Amino acid sequence: MSNDILAITEHLNGNVADISYEMVGGAKELAAGFGGQAIAIMLGSGMAEQAGTFASDATLYVDDPALAEFNPAAYGRVLAALVEEKSPRLIMFGNTSMGMDLAAWLSVKAGVPCVAYVNHLAVEGGELVATAQIYGGKMAAECVPAGDSAIVSVMAGAFPLDAGQGSTAAEQMASPVSLDDLPIRFTRLIMPEAGDVDITAQEKLVAIGRGIGSDDNIELAEELAEAMDAVLAASRPITDAGWLPKTRQVGKSGVSVKPKLYLMLGISGAPEHIEGMKDAEFIIAINTDADAPIFDVAHYGTTEDLFDVAEAMLEKLE
Amino acid sequence: MNIVVAIKHVPSTADELEINDEGVNLDFDEVDFTINEFDEQAIEQAVLVKEASGGEVTVIGVDVIEELDGVLHTALAKGADKAAKIVGDLEPPIDSHTQARWLADAIGGLTPDLVLTGVQAVDDLDGQIGPMLAAYLDLPYVGVVTGLSVSDGTATVHKEYAGGVMAEFEVNLPAVVGVQAAEKPPRYAPISKIRQMAKSADLEEYEADENVGDSGCEIRKMAKPVSAGHAEMLEGDAEEVAEKIIEILEERGLL
Ligand SMILES: Cc1cc2nc3c(=O)[nH]c(=O)nc-3n(C[C@H](O)[C@H](O)[C@H](O)COP(=O)(O)OP(=O)(O)OC[C@H]3O[C@@H](n4cnc5c(N)ncnc54)[C@H](O)[C@@H]3O)c2cc1C
Ligand SMILES: Nc1ncnc2c1ncn2[C@@H]1O[C@H](COP(=O)(O)O)[C@@H](O)[C@H]1O
Repeated sequence: MSNDILAITEHLNGNVADISYEMVGGAKELAAGFGGQAIAIMLGSGMAEQAGTFASDATLYVDDPALAEFNPAAYGRVLAALVEEKSPRLIMFGNTSMGMDLAAWLSVKAGVPCVAYVNHLAVEGGELVATAQIYGGKMAAECVPAGDSAIVSVMAGAFPLDAGQGSTAAEQMASPVSLDDLPIRFTRLIMPEAGDVDITAQEKLVAIGRGIGSDDNIELAEELAEAMDAVLAASRPITDAGWLPKTRQVGKSGVSVKPKLYLMLGISGAPEHIEGMKDAEFIIAINTDADAPIFDVAHYGTTEDLFDVAEAMLEKLE
Repeated sequence: MNIVVAIKHVPSTADELEINDEGVNLDFDEVDFTINEFDEQAIEQAVLVKEASGGEVTVIGVDVIEELDGVLHTALAKGADKAAKIVGDLEPPIDSHTQARWLADAIGGLTPDLVLTGVQAVDDLDGQIGPMLAAYLDLPYVGVVTGLSVSDGTATVHKEYAGGVMAEFEVNLPAVVGVQAAEKPPRYAPISKIRQMAKSADLEEYEADENVGDSGCEIRKMAKPVSAGHAEMLEGDAEEVAEKIIEILEERGLL
């Protein structure tokens, strides 16, 4: 058992994801509480330079052609081996597409408890206290994982970015395990289709969510957006239903936007949506649920019905 | 193709959520339960694969609050062929590791070619059952998947990253895949068909093994999140609110 913290960093297309630096920053803060080191872990190929950009106490960079692109099977094998060898106090993943494949899996393989959706971590009297954001951001659950090792997956934005940026020379090593005969093979990256409007370049967005109810009601939102000289954006259920193109999706698996105005109609404010719009300059939320998490993020809000408000606004604007 | 889909009943987050007297969980008597939205996607994806490649779809769930039947009947009405549930003297909350072990034991016995789960559910804090199932069954796992096709013992999946970027993987079967969204929006099942399933369907039952250990993740406190700020709420009826919004936007030069 060591008191070290491993921050499992991520990258795509040669770029280190922000969450990696956030985790390293968070790990540094916590490592002092445990009396251990904050160790950044990077898996990749030809990434030695990027591996040197963390403000960690130490960085371990595992280089292998099979690790060039994320592959849950390859990454899982390497991480299981590293964790067995190092038996860290804490392992941090991002609550991201990559982290979500690995955290719970490793939890079973390593026999270590896992807390997902973590947005706050503290060390109290040598114990780790993890706070998770559950029920779509409506509840905060606090827990102390039993035993002397734990895995967490942390939300984007839980820790400041800059505290994790620095220049610690990485120790490079070859994969400690064979990466032959992987049951999963990466074949290609598929980039988003261009063509539709670029919502990241808009000053004003009217964003619609599941509260819009049906396909037929999109027209009302469209008219309102037009009257305001704004463009329509949406939460995931709307693009999954095919009511608006995927290019309009804001959030974790969509795009991040920073418009001057983000007017929201019937969006609850799940963590995955907030991730993509929290930096908007001015946010107004219309949602009939007074407990909707979006009201903790918006500047102005109303619990009036979205259709009534949208129609009244349209009338006044026309 | 023998396809198994693990499905789950979760508290509806559209409602007001009350905390129980101990302050460590929701008051389950005060909330409505609904099928996890991503499980609806997983069911649709399973039926699409069946329609394209042939085979059979079995849905299975841990019947934590003894109300899973409705969800299983709905899945059958949407095109699943068989349904099963894991039952016992179950007292929620039950951690994900324990549930994953029960599911792994039952699913392993069904010798599946493909296991689908929802990418996640909103109600638990100890991770996702999909990767845990894969770990217990010693199968590969890919999650956050929005497209899946099968040929010659291999699944081709599209996994979503941020910004609309996707990665394509080939995965040896059998495998576990966590579904974010099916290739088509989930089909609708008429109430009459669900009723018919409720009358005629046989639900296979598996007994939960009480000797399975827990994950060591106990919630010591649950509460509504304390936030740094809160929106200023606009008072009045819809007319007045609309008026105020327009005023505020004009003041800020946004109209
Ligand atoms: C890996 C992963 C990635 C994801 N990525 C994204 C992403 O990029 N973007 C994203 O948005 N989501 C994403 N999600 C989904 C996310 O978890 C939520 O499910 C989603 O954001 C909910 O969308 P919503 O707020 O529109 O719907 P809901 O949460 O259903 O909210 C609808 C809201 O409308 C309100 N409402 C209903 N009727 C009315 C009315 N008449 N007037 C006013 N208000 C009304 C309700 O009170 C409710 O709050 C992702 C999930 C996962 C697991
Ligand atoms: N009790 C359960 N019964 C069946 N499937 C489950 C259960 N809990 C979780 N799952 C599956 O695992 C996925 C992820 O859920 P969770 O682990 O709760 O985030 C769900 O979408 C289901 O497919």
